[in-house]
Amino acid sequence: MKVGDIRRVELPSGAAAVYRLADGFYATADLCSHGDASLADGELEDDNILCPYHLGSFCVRTGAAVAAPCIDPIATYPLEIVDGTVTLVWTGD
Amino acid sequence: MAVADRDVLIIGAGHAGAMVAVGLRQKGFTGSILMVGEEPALPYERPPLSKAYFVGALEEQRLYLRKAEFWQERDVEVRVSTIVARLRHEDHEAELTDGTVVRYRHCVIATGGRVRKLSCPGADLAGVHYLRTLADVDAIRGDLKDGARMVVIGGGYVGLEMAASARKLGYDVTLIEALDRVLARVTSPIISRFYEAQHRAHGVDVRLGTGVTAIEGGDHVTGVRLATGEVVPADLVVVGIGILPNTELAHESGLACDNGVVVDELCRTTDPDVFAIGDVARHPNRYAADAMRLESVQNAVDQAKTVVGVIMGQPEPYKDLPWFWSDQYDLKLQTAGLAIGYDETIVRGDATTAPFSVVYLRDGQIIAIDAVNAIKDFMGAKGLIQAGVKPDKARLADPAVPMKELTGA
Repeated sequence: MKVGDIRRVELPSGAAAVYRLADGFYATADLCSHGDASLADGELEDDNILCPYHLGSFCVRTGAAVAAPCIDPIATYPLEIVDGTVTLVWTGD
Repeated sequence: MAVADRDVLIIGAGHAGAMVAVGLRQKGFTGSILMVGEEPALPYERPPLSKAYFVGALEEQRLYLRKAEFWQERDVEVRVSTIVARLRHEDHEAELTDGTVVRYRHCVIATGGRVRKLSCPGADLAGVHYLRTLADVDAIRGDLKDGARMVVIGGGYVGLEMAASARKLGYDVTLIEALDRVLARVTSPIISRFYEAQHRAHGVDVRLGTGVTAIEGGDHVTGVRLATGEVVPADLVVVGIGILPNTELAHESGLACDNGVVVDELCRTTDPDVFAIGDVARHPNRYAADAMRLESVQNAVDQAKTVVGVIMGQPEPYKDLPWFWSDQYDLKLQTAGLAIGYDETIVRGDATTAPFSVVYLRDGQIIAIDAVNAIKDFMGAKGLIQAGVKPDKARLADPAVPMKELTGA
């Protein structure tokens, strides 16, 4: 993944979106908390993921909603990077 | 007579008005804010009314733009069920219906629109509904008995979404549109035909090119009489034939109005301390040749940002890309730009089967897109429209070529 890339990853329940920012990798829930959209289809603008459906956005570091119409935050997931492999740490819902 | 001094008076507690209050506090504005709303509910989102809220998939609490505590915590005074009776902009004063006089530094007119009403005989019968507010939808739901036959008058977005939602709940639906295609005022025949076919496939009896001459019934509607003389049986009628801008307050105050409150690129009316935003604002739009009103969430939210910038002393002219969405059945329509004055259309995919998108060109330049379940086309096209790209048409017509990779020919 290059800086600015997003990848959708299936989880035991739902899916996550993994982002590469300039300073590292981050992961959030893939489903927008507002509309029925996959954030992995969206676009990164600095630290924020722009939802492709209604163009609201979330901070990928914290999951906080940062632009209308999104209000509720989304989950974030910890990542572990060992020997160049990024692993998402899934601890259940 | 009570007199209140407020730094910002927001008239109208819809999406536009609410986002001014939200935006001012986000930017650290410490002055006093009073927002006055005609409806009894706190500010809420209207788009789900005809969709998720109507079908019962979303409860009222989920429609609120912010929870009730938010307004208290941010020290935004919200007066619901309240109307501004008079605006005396030369005196920086507004008078509420309860007699309170509010003296303001800045006033924001975000009064939105009201539904255009039917004028034919029988239009005031019980069972004839409109769809604009939460109360409207509650009234429709309350009037829907098992096996009810619904007639929808108007084939615009509201009418089509209403028809799709009613079919989802299993009601019989007839949709009547006076023009010869649905969505005639907002999109191309390609999209109109697709949506017409989708509604027919989902069991809606679509009647085009026919006017309504009367609503039949004793005290409650029993049918809709068409110009052809035919009467379509109905237990319930939902009318969606557009809105009229609520300009009266501004007009009576002496502010310039012309199918909307006339504003400049900073959303200022002819009094620079009075702004108008959202559905009611007739504004210069960089994507249209003439000043226009735009009835959309995008316009409400972005014009609210413009006003926040001006009040905070960081004015930025309104130049945002118009975009819009409509959900019907399993179809997500997303549009960006304004499909006005195009001279060529290019279809990416097959215009009878989603996903596909229709790109609108003028002199070879992309000016708008309608994307149906084609979320990446929508996302990709936004930047191309903003940049005024003239793409290679063969590549543009190939849905395998990502929109993002298109550059000038």
